[in-house]
Order: sequence, then C-alpha cells, then structure tokens
Amino acid sequence: MNGASLVIKSLEQENVSVIFGYPGVSICPFFDKLTESNIHGVLVRHEVNAAHEANGYFRSSGKVGVCVSSSGPGATNLITGIATAFADSIPLVAITGQVKSEHIGSDLFQEADIVGACESFVKYSYLVKDAADIPRVIKEAFHIASTGRKGPVLIDIPVDVLLEEGYEFEYPDNVNLRTYKPTLKGHSVQIKKIINELGKAKSPIIMIGGGVKLSGAGYEILEFSKKYNIPFVSTLMGLGIGKDDNPLYIGMVGNNGSKFANKAINEADCLIVAGARVADRAVKQPDLITKNKTLIHIDIDPAEIGKNAGPNIPVVGDLKEVFTVLNEFDESFDFTDWCKRLNSYKLTKSNMAEKTNLYVDPKEFVASLTSRLKDESAIVTDVGQNQIYACSNFVSEGADFITSGGFGCMGFSLPAAIGAKIGNPNKRIISLNGDGAMQMSMCELSTLKQEGVNVKIVIFNNKALGMIKEYQHVKYNNNYTFNELNGLPKFEMIAKAYDIEYKECKSYKETEKCIDWLLDGDDTRILELNVDRDAFTTAG
Amino acid sequence: MKRIFSVSVENRFGVLSKVSSLFARRGYNIESLTVGETHDPTISNMTIVSSGSPHDLEQIEKQLNKKLDVIKVRTFKEEEAVARELILIKIKYQASNRSEIIEICQITKAEIVDTTESNMILHLCDTPDRVEKFIDMMKKFNIVELSRTGVLAMKKCK
Repeated sequence: MNGASLVIKSLEQENVSVIFGYPGVSICPFFDKLTESNIHGVLVRHEVNAAHEANGYFRSSGKVGVCVSSSGPGATNLITGIATAFADSIPLVAITGQVKSEHIGSDLFQEADIVGACESFVKYSYLVKDAADIPRVIKEAFHIASTGRKGPVLIDIPVDVLLEEGYEFEYPDNVNLRTYKPTLKGHSVQIKKIINELGKAKSPIIMIGGGVKLSGAGYEILEFSKKYNIPFVSTLMGLGIGKDDNPLYIGMVGNNGSKFANKAINEADCLIVAGARVADRAVKQPDLITKNKTLIHIDIDPAEIGKNAGPNIPVVGDLKEVFTVLNEFDESFDFTDWCKRLNSYKLTKSNMAEKTNLYVDPKEFVASLTSRLKDESAIVTDVGQNQIYACSNFVSEGADFITSGGFGCMGFSLPAAIGAKIGNPNKRIISLNGDGAMQMSMCELSTLKQEGVNVKIVIFNNKALGMIKEYQHVKYNNNYTFNELNGLPKFEMIAKAYDIEYKECKSYKETEKCIDWLLDGDDTRILELNVDRDAFTTAG
Repeated sequence: MKRIFSVSVENRFGVLSKVSSLFARRGYNIESLTVGETHDPTISNMTIVSSGSPHDLEQIEKQLNKKLDVIKVRTFKEEEAVARELILIKIKYQASNRSEIIEICQITKAEIVDTTESNMILHLCDTPDRVEKFIDMMKKFNIVELSRTGVLAMKKCK
C-alpha cells in the first residue's frame, strides 16, 4: 500500500470515525484512499472551518478532532482554526498535504512552510519525509494531542510521500518519546498542604476553568466542593460545570461575570484555581490577586503556574487525579457563615433593564433560552456581543457552554456547532451568532445541509459590529467608525437559499413564542433577533 | 539578571528554529547561542545566554521544558559555570603598531594564527569577560573582521 493508505489505516487504529477536510492537489491521495475506509469525510466550505468543526467535534464527543487540507493556501487557511484550538487547549490532529519533497523550499505553486508558520501555536508538528514513519508519527500525534495539556498537532506530508508504494501496515503498540512525560499525579506533599491550608482558611473559594472540562474532572470538583462545603466560581471556559440550583455555585467571574462572583473572589482568604490561567479576562489585575489571600494553583501545565500570578501552593497534575486524592481525606471544615454570606449576595442580582417594544432584549433572550435547556445540549457562541450576552446571562440548567475563549475567533460558532452535532448527534446544539460573524461563517450552511445535521441557529442582528461599537463608546469617545454593516443580506432570503426554516423575532413580547419555535422539531432553524443598534452588553 | 541555559535537544532538523522562535515569540532576549552535537549523535546541546527579570528567566526555563524536542534544561548563573568563548579578529597593522599588538597577545594569551604583510588574524579562547576586554583593547587598531562563537558553558563539578 501507499503512504496515503498508511495514514488512513493509522487513523482507523486511533478509532477516528469522522474527518473534516477540503481537497487539493497535494492531499488528493488521502481522499483517494479514504473511499476504502469507513471513516466519514465531512467536506467543509472553507479550510478554517475544518479546524473549527474538529474543535466542536472534540468538545461534544471527547474524541480528538481531525482536519485535513491541502498545501499552500489550503494549509494557511487552517492556521486560524489551529490557533483557536491551541488557545483553548483543544486536541486536534491537523494533516496537510505538501508539495513534492524534492521541491520543498523552491517556492513552487501552492507551497507554504506550514510547519514553520504554525510553530508558536501547535503543541508539536511533523514534516514527514519517509512514508515508513507515518504510523509512528500518527500514533505519537494522537498521544501528544490528547494527553498532558491538550492541544493541536500538525502533520505535514509531501504528496510524493503519500503516493509512495510498497508498504505493509504495522501500527506501533506504544509511543516512545523520551522528552514527553506529562506529570499527571499531583505531589502528595503539595496536596496535603491544600488540606492544611483549608484548615486555616475562613473563606475559601474554588475557581474552575476550562481545564476542568478538558481533564473530565467536573464530577470530582463538584464532589470536593460539596464534601468540604467550599463555594466555587467559574471562568468563561468553565461554564456549564456549575449548575444554578447548586447553592455552592456563585457564578462566573471576570469583567463580563457577575458582580457577586467577583466580590466573592475579592473577599476570599484562600483561592483554589483549578485549570485556569488567571488571565486578564477573568481577573482584572492577576498580579494583585495574591495580596490578601493564599493562592493555590492546580494545573497540568507547569508553565501556567506562576505565569500571571505567583501561587503560594503550586500543584502540577491532572485535575481529575488531584481532586480524586483531595476527596479521600477525612477532614471536615465549617464554612457555613461564608457560604451564607455569598448566597445573600446572589439575592441582590439586579433586574433586567427597562424593556422597549421595538426590539428583542438579548439578555432576556439568552436567560430564557438557556433556562429551558435541561436535557443534553450545548450553547455554541461566536465572538462579540453575542458571546458576552451568552456568558453573562447563561442560566446553567444542564447545557454545556462552548466558546472560543482564548483566541476570540469570529466565525467560530456555526462550524463548531456543526462539529459538535456530528460528534454527538443526540445533543441539542444551539449556535449563537452576531450578524457580523454570521457573514464570516455563512458558507457552512451548505456543509450543514450536505451533512443533514440539525443545528438551531440564532442571529443577533443589530446591523453593526456591536462589540466594536461598545468599545468605541468606552475608549474612543463615541467615535463610532468602521462598525456599521449596512450591506447586510436579508437573512430570510439566505435561509431560503439554503432551504432552511426561518423566523424573525421582532420584539421582546415574541421572545418566548420564538424560542418555542426554535427548539421545536428535528430540523435546522434560523431565528433572527431584531436587536437595538445601541444595545450594550453592560448593565443598564 | 543574566542566566545560562544549557539545553539538551533531539538532534533533528527544525529543532534550533523551534527553540529560537520560542524566545522571539515571547519577547525573551538571546545574548548568545551555540549549538553542537554531543557524544551521543541523537542529542545536540545548546548553550543559550539570556537576561531578564527572575520571572522571565523562570518562564524561559518552563517554556523550554514544554518543547517536545527538549530533553533536559540545566540553568545556572555565570559564577556557577565554567564558561568559554572563542574569538577570531582580523586586523590591519603597520610596522609602527605591530609590536604593541604582539605585546597585547602575549599578555592576553591570544595567538596570531595567520599573517600577511598588512593583515593578521588573532585567536583567543577565554572566559566571556576576558574576551570582552580583549576586544576593547583591539578597538584602537583597525579591525577588518570579527567573529565570536558565543558562550559555551558547563556547570562546575561539585
């Protein structure tokens, strides 16, 4: 068999059932051999969406996402999607075709140094020079992508290597990487220190980040919180773990989070950060966070600990393992007063702003929509005001929350939602989009039709790039420029063109009825919200 | 603060660029960098001299350790290491200053490794600060070309 067959056989060994890709001359041998396999190929409409779909696929299925594209422009189009995955530690294996080995470096038609271009946002990359290496490289790539701090791995394969004949397939049983051995087990001395610290603390709090989802430690952390009676807050990436009916869950922190969750962090005397990088969006001044409290930082990536804030107790390890050990202690603590105090803050939650008949209130829409998602479902947001409306008003009743938190990549929602649906067809997937982002990702409606998957699509249409407008309001003295989208298409006609059910929600009074309509039925539906141009995400 | 990183890496193509791009991407300074194969042909050793705040230096070490091609990172201060640098200088001379140059070479233990009627190449292998001083002394002559290896370092025996 040839190199391309070795790739396919290796993917089969890794239990890959779906790949997201786009063809081109250099990667054609791969698609040629894909027909001999049961692996389903999803033909996207733009390569960046192959990576976003693979991203969404992982987030709903837990399986490494695979995206495939050709050399040159096909490969460079993938870059944004790879960087998006890297910023959120999402495991992907990205396979790109490359020009013939002998031509590498000669600036040939459709040649790009994709390995060099992606260096700072892949976990690892390979340029395969010998087809015999393919099974080992793919085995290693899946191992590297899905263990330790997860992340994307790039495999660049020249077309002549894919076409090279005469190989027998043999898949290695083990990976042998002398330089890669992530620390999974937390150091027992450090773990004991956490328990000791809790003995001294009066008002401890846990902050859970995206790492909790990535390590599958949601259950263990909730158990920990319950067992020792410690309240917890969430970052944007951790949304969905804490449910609103849990009295220990205080809400989301950060500049878009709830006032009481931020207040809780400020008043805590001991902060346990689990799988979060303590970056500027969650904590305003990360370096000041240790001022009046003990900081305990637990993370799989040693480089993350102490990067933005110096911890008093660092613990390197997999969250699931660390919290399993933490739950084995017999100690008990009394934080009843502290929990009561935090819950009294929660009651002061401000009411929604005054309503007008002319528009839909996006905050109320999100709250109402998410409070109905009690079954297995996921909200997939884009970037911009819709992301902020979504995270700030998310009612955590059972739905997962999928977003491009680290990279903030516009055009993410629709492809990620398609990937999420393909990864877990039983999950109800709702894609939230702004009118700006929708025009970036609109081409994927075609992929969605071709795959016959059902995604509930919401467009917050305020005929502007609202987040930019808001920023110009705050920082540039209301000099509103370069944010009006006056040439917007009629989304109704777009829906019609793709043969998708459509409805517009014109005013807040129709909200409930429109949500009923959106969630009904097993087909894809587009609900367009008529949002005020001047609506801001901030309160009031 | 100055720090020496002695980094064992996989001896493969592309590894040098991965390590150097890490410094570039995170805005860390490279004062010098030397690379060469070790007694084990699958391993290369890089000696990187960098400077920065203690926080930066700690991050450099952690980020280096994260690179999958990096086998081991050793880090030490200058005083904890035996450090050497090699330098070649080509200078133009006249009869009037030749003896002064020879004198400096005798004092500094530099060698004259090549001469013509008007040019000579000097060679010195010494600690980085002595190499620096030697260059200062040579500046008053007409330097045609100067090439130095950067620091090679190894932690002192215990």
